[in-house]
Amino acid sequence: MDFGPYLMLATLEGTVTAAVLALTASGLALVFGVMRVVNVAHGEFFMLGAVLAWWVTHIVGGSAAIGFVAALIVVPILVGVLAAVTDMTILKRIDYDPERTIVATIGILYILQQVTLMTYGPDARPVTPPFNTRIALPWFEFVNGEPGIYWPWGLSITSYKLAVIGAASVVLMGLWLLMTRSKLGLLMRATEQDRDMALAFGIPVERIYAVVFGLGAAMAALAAVLIVPIQQAHYLMGADPLLLSFIVVIIGGLGSLPGTVLAALLIGLSDGIISVFFSPTLAKILATLVVAMVLVFRPQGLFGAKRT
Amino acid sequence: MTKFKTVPVTGAQPTRRDALKTLALGGGAAAALPLWARYAGAQTSEPIKVGFQVHRTGIGAAYGRWYDRTTSAAAALINEQGGINGRPLEIVSEDDGTDPKRGAEVVEKFATQHNCDIGFGTLFSHVVIGSAPRAGELKLPYFVVSEGHHVASGMLNRYTLQPGITDVKSQVQAMAPFVADNLGKKITMIFPDFAFGHDHRDYFTAAIEAQGGEVLEHIAIPPTETSFTKYFPKIPRDTEVIYHVMVGPAVLTFVKELGEFFGPQRPEMFGFIDSLEAVDLGSPGLEFLDGTYFWEGNPRYAQDNQSEYDAFFRERVGVDANGASVSDPKDASTYAHMFGCWETLHVVKAGMESAGYQGPKDRAALIEAVEAMTDMPHSNAHPQGAKIFNGKTHQVFGHQYVTKVVDGKLLLVHTTSIEDTYYPDEVDYTTQAL
Repeated sequence: MDFGPYLMLATLEGTVTAAVLALTASGLALVFGVMRVVNVAHGEFFMLGAVLAWWVTHIVGGSAAIGFVAALIVVPILVGVLAAVTDMTILKRIDYDPERTIVATIGILYILQQVTLMTYGPDARPVTPPFNTRIALPWFEFVNGEPGIYWPWGLSITSYKLAVIGAASVVLMGLWLLMTRSKLGLLMRATEQDRDMALAFGIPVERIYAVVFGLGAAMAALAAVLIVPIQQAHYLMGADPLLLSFIVVIIGGLGSLPGTVLAALLIGLSDGIISVFFSPTLAKILATLVVAMVLVFRPQGLFGAKRT
Repeated sequence: MTKFKTVPVTGAQPTRRDALKTLALGGGAAAALPLWARYAGAQTSEPIKVGFQVHRTGIGAAYGRWYDRTTSAAAALINEQGGINGRPLEIVSEDDGTDPKRGAEVVEKFATQHNCDIGFGTLFSHVVIGSAPRAGELKLPYFVVSEGHHVASGMLNRYTLQPGITDVKSQVQAMAPFVADNLGKKITMIFPDFAFGHDHRDYFTAAIEAQGGEVLEHIAIPPTETSFTKYFPKIPRDTEVIYHVMVGPAVLTFVKELGEFFGPQRPEMFGFIDSLEAVDLGSPGLEFLDGTYFWEGNPRYAQDNQSEYDAFFRERVGVDANGASVSDPKDASTYAHMFGCWETLHVVKAGMESAGYQGPKDRAALIEAVEAMTDMPHSNAHPQGAKIFNGKTHQVFGHQYVTKVVDGKLLLVHTTSIEDTYYPDEVDYTTQAL
């Protein structure tokens, strides 16, 4: 493929990755920002979202669109409620102690993964996209000095992938409005700034924690519902999003929503472009290198505030 | 008449230490008994234990499910026919998670914990390569159903055999003339980036060059990859034929994205059915495959000239004429590979019977008996077709099938001869010590 169309395709693919990554990572960033909990099970909530999406579309049956819309509504709620229950029954009992929450969430990771293996099974299962039209994109070239249009192999995107990018943007906008404009957002930010002071002002901190943990998991589940018609639901699919989310959150600054989105764009696009031009392994190597550099030179992340 | 001494029940209770001593004595006594005393009568009634290393979880799970069903069906058939040397066949299954490290542990478990007579059934080549050295050390006959060229290449050992399925080198060598003559000579290869894919890369490239063709680009994709479009721009514009082979949980995504990438202007395509094993050909997004060609180890759809042996095999395993489970038409089988389990178990039976196999002490005799085999005629025991076994390289050779997608079904268009798949021996395992 020529350089121009090649770069355009890489950018399009990278944007889809970035959109899904931004959703997943903002869930992780939210949980860390408000609760100071490093949620190692975040990738499994993502996986659970994909598996439940298959399950819901399978039960609803009928046309692909109806099943998918049902999954889009039901699945994040289910996963969010499960996460909130997990918070109340496990994380609260260990007083959100940093070391113990890491161990506890590792435990949750294995429980979710193995229960999925025992019930849903080891197979990868597809979910039919509600719509999926291939949109071929033209490119131009100069033939004997005259500009002309041609349709290179592979320079295309599907309508569904465009919809994923759109939906992710809308949800992220919604999350930002929730955090900055709503009462709940205010309570969350108050808890984030000073837990004890928030408690003193009568904010039900424990309930806020449950809501935040549920919301974070629901974001991951929503990202998974969006991606599952492109990929497939599989019980081991949580590992990659977890790693990438951590990379994004560390680069963007733990707890910073705009930083997370920007870092997701950076990692997603560079992953798309580097893996198209060089190799996917190199893309992962570079992302990890960036994390190392950020930790050395700007440990609070690009947008994170210095904490004392 | 003598009176038995009565021992007072009450009185000094044995201490814990005493109890342990007694137990230890008992254990020691049991260990000191000669083997025959503990296993008295075993020669006639003990089952022959086949340790089945199955990819129940991990990236090989879909194959594992069908290898399991085929193996159970073959074992049931053999037992109905009186077992092996009058002894029943027992399948001891252990999941290896499609993981080489776990594979070696499973082999060890078979030999030392389950006291299996043989190990059997491993598919994924990296797991075979990880497990076979341990089987050799434990002197456990290890019958793999893997397709990898690592058996015949001499990489493994005398205890590892592949008598039920042909290897990649012979498959691609037999395919190259068909591709060059019918589809085109400028080829781009897309394959998984591990041992199995590397066999395709090395041997197909050599075979197509021998036919006057060339491979323009090699595109290696990790078998755990989940999104594929980013690899496809590397396909050169003057490619005439895409040669694709993929494995892992995301094969359906792979083929769908290949279709979306090319849209209406695709080049010719030749795939190994591995890219779609256990995937329903009617899945949305696969319509573009109409008119493309596949290698199949065994045609998934029952063909017009279906043999009675294939019909028998399908019925016993529970597969319908479309290659799906009789209980769920969406549950497509791994038909191009799973016959290997069935045929291998029948080879084990024939080998044990000709060696007069009685127990683990006869393992070496079993290896020699299988090495002595040559002709395997088309029969219920070999439903995929006739085969020739090479005792020196421990590898079987057989017919290969090319099918074309017509109206969503795979129709047989070409069958190779066994001779098409031959290549010079690369090893003589019979010179290694047993």
